[in-house]
Amino acid sequence: MRKFETLTSWAATLPQPNIDTAQLIPARHLKTVKRDGLGRFAFEAARYDKKGESNPDFIFNQSPFDKAEILIAGANFGCGSSREHAVWALADLGIRAIISEQFADIFASNAPKNGMLLITLGRDEIAELMQRAKSKRVRINLPSQIVEIEDMQVKIPFEMDPFDKKCLLEGLDQIALTLRQNAEISTYEARWEKKTPWLFHD
Amino acid sequence: MADPQAKTLFDRIWENHVVGQRDAVTSLIYIDLHLIHELSSPQAFENLVLNNRKVRRPDATLAVPDHNVPTTDRDKPVKDPESALQIQLLEENTKAHGIEFFSMHDIRQGIVHIISPEQGLTQPGMSIVCGDSHTSTHGALGAWAFGIGTSEVEHVLATQTLVLRKPANMRITVKGELLNGITSKDLALHIIGVIGAKGATGHVIEYAGPVIEALSVEARMTLCNMTIEAGGRSGLVAPDDKTIRYLKGRPRAPKDGDWDKAVAFWATLKTDAGARFDKEVVVDAKKIEPQVTWGTSPEDVISISGRVPDPTHFENPERREAAKKALQYMGLKPGTLMRDILVDRVFIGSCTNSRIEDLRSAAKMIKGRRVADNIIEALVVPGSGLVKAQAEKEGLDKIFKEAGFEWREPGCSMCLGLNPDKVGPGERCASTSNRNFPGRQGPGARTHLLSPAMAAVAAIAGKLADVREYE
Ligand code: SF4
Repeated sequence: MRKFETLTSWAATLPQPNIDTAQLIPARHLKTVKRDGLGRFAFEAARYDKKGESNPDFIFNQSPFDKAEILIAGANFGCGSSREHAVWALADLGIRAIISEQFADIFASNAPKNGMLLITLGRDEIAELMQRAKSKRVRINLPSQIVEIEDMQVKIPFEMDPFDKKCLLEGLDQIALTLRQNAEISTYEARWEKKTPWLFHD
Repeated sequence: MADPQAKTLFDRIWENHVVGQRDAVTSLIYIDLHLIHELSSPQAFENLVLNNRKVRRPDATLAVPDHNVPTTDRDKPVKDPESALQIQLLEENTKAHGIEFFSMHDIRQGIVHIISPEQGLTQPGMSIVCGDSHTSTHGALGAWAFGIGTSEVEHVLATQTLVLRKPANMRITVKGELLNGITSKDLALHIIGVIGAKGATGHVIEYAGPVIEALSVEARMTLCNMTIEAGGRSGLVAPDDKTIRYLKGRPRAPKDGDWDKAVAFWATLKTDAGARFDKEVVVDAKKIEPQVTWGTSPEDVISISGRVPDPTHFENPERREAAKKALQYMGLKPGTLMRDILVDRVFIGSCTNSRIEDLRSAAKMIKGRRVADNIIEALVVPGSGLVKAQAEKEGLDKIFKEAGFEWREPGCSMCLGLNPDKVGPGERCASTSNRNFPGRQGPGARTHLLSPAMAAVAAIAGKLADVREYE
């Protein structure tokens, strides 16, 4: 997994709440059996018009935000389906960090497993960031847990799940980590099977 | 007074599944049942093999194709090459790893959240996951069940565990009684309207109170299913006599001596009096009328007797903007009576409402009536082969077909339009499914969520209609 430490980039802003996974990537593109190449489908309905031309009103079609690696979005971002394709599509579009007032639960657990940093901030902080991000780049420092505007006028600390932080900083493979606890899992299984034998079949 | 020793039902299930503490806030959690379908699993199996890892508990895993299976011509090969490949990969991957697979030709095949309870695999006190957000459905039997992404599918395949932070506890107590014609779908939509699409984010909801106790197990499934639309990854109901009666004799329910042991264990699964919830909501069921959505989020919901709201009346500026956009997408004008909205298609199906009780309640409305002429297509898609067989035994298929409905093979179908069952651009669908997001049922499709009985009367009227006028 790609490591995340610091990032300075233009930030695209999408202020509306409830940006659901169908907006992030429509279901018809889930019929792939691969993870890559999904960036062209990200925000498909908003990004292109009916003829397939770029919609100039959409922020990801406007320079310099077409190169944005940071997205600042409205509350309840990523609600809806569990499709990890939503994260893969955003990552393939170039997004490495998303800032919102609130993320939907499943999206929030999918993102860090793909090296994507999610930052939750308060409503006023988001409003200010969105305003300033129109003309200035945004800088994220994960080790010190700070988001700032390039001109240093705004400096906002953020909270972070320590486990997610460690995985992002070190680019850890979570399955390899868990497999180190194999013995512990076996001990648990023996205990649980004793209590609920009907849950174990061979 | 809150008693610090008292536990909620969810606290108990969580504690039972902690393998170990990871750090101050995360735990390694054991998973009892892992359900798999064709859409969210190919990349997980691919990585598993790449890393030379094995499936830890094939015996605790079941796979079924449902999301993009065709609902007609099951005897012919699947036409769409991408769907065919996903279905084939699911079969190959599960075979290679010794996982049980219900093929499209097996009568037990159906939507993953329908078939697991039906087989008796879903049981109280279990932890259940599936790469699908509506896994919350299984909470109806007192299980802790939640949707996961593909990386987590891979994690569970390899380790039978997940690394999790404990969600918060929320209780929704439903008082009073549901009036005539009001179903658990109306209750679910009403609750989402009250707490909002992110009202339960970060929480496990326990549904409680006299109305929940009075609901059938299937009706509880509809309610728990919709929990994710309120932001909650899982919703559950404490097991009771109905749960036990539901499970008794099902193929995968505990047998013989195990049955008594299991029943005794299930009896311990409840919330202590005085247990503390992080959030409590009380709903009065008597106030609930038949519900229908007008916008593009399940929280955009109103009674059938209401009118399309005026976005300028919303206080919150974001909500105002969102409502404006939603009405534009839906092609609706503020002030229009909901019951004046014409529909083009009707869909009765999905993991929310495709069980036998749902089909019975729709058929009851349809019996002796005809689908209106303006309806392009009215579909009934049973949740599983077994639901379909039961409905046919009861003659429900005839009622639907005589009225002008299509009677199909089980699968997700028009809920997300991955197979040929789609709603066309700009077309309006009265749907018993769970999401009215833009493009959910097909690009440009307009969805109105409602109960099976309400979908049935919409088909008859050719527009959104009030079920209470048809009884
Ligand atoms: S019926 Fe719809 S909501 Fe349910 S699992 Fe299938 S696609 Fe998802």
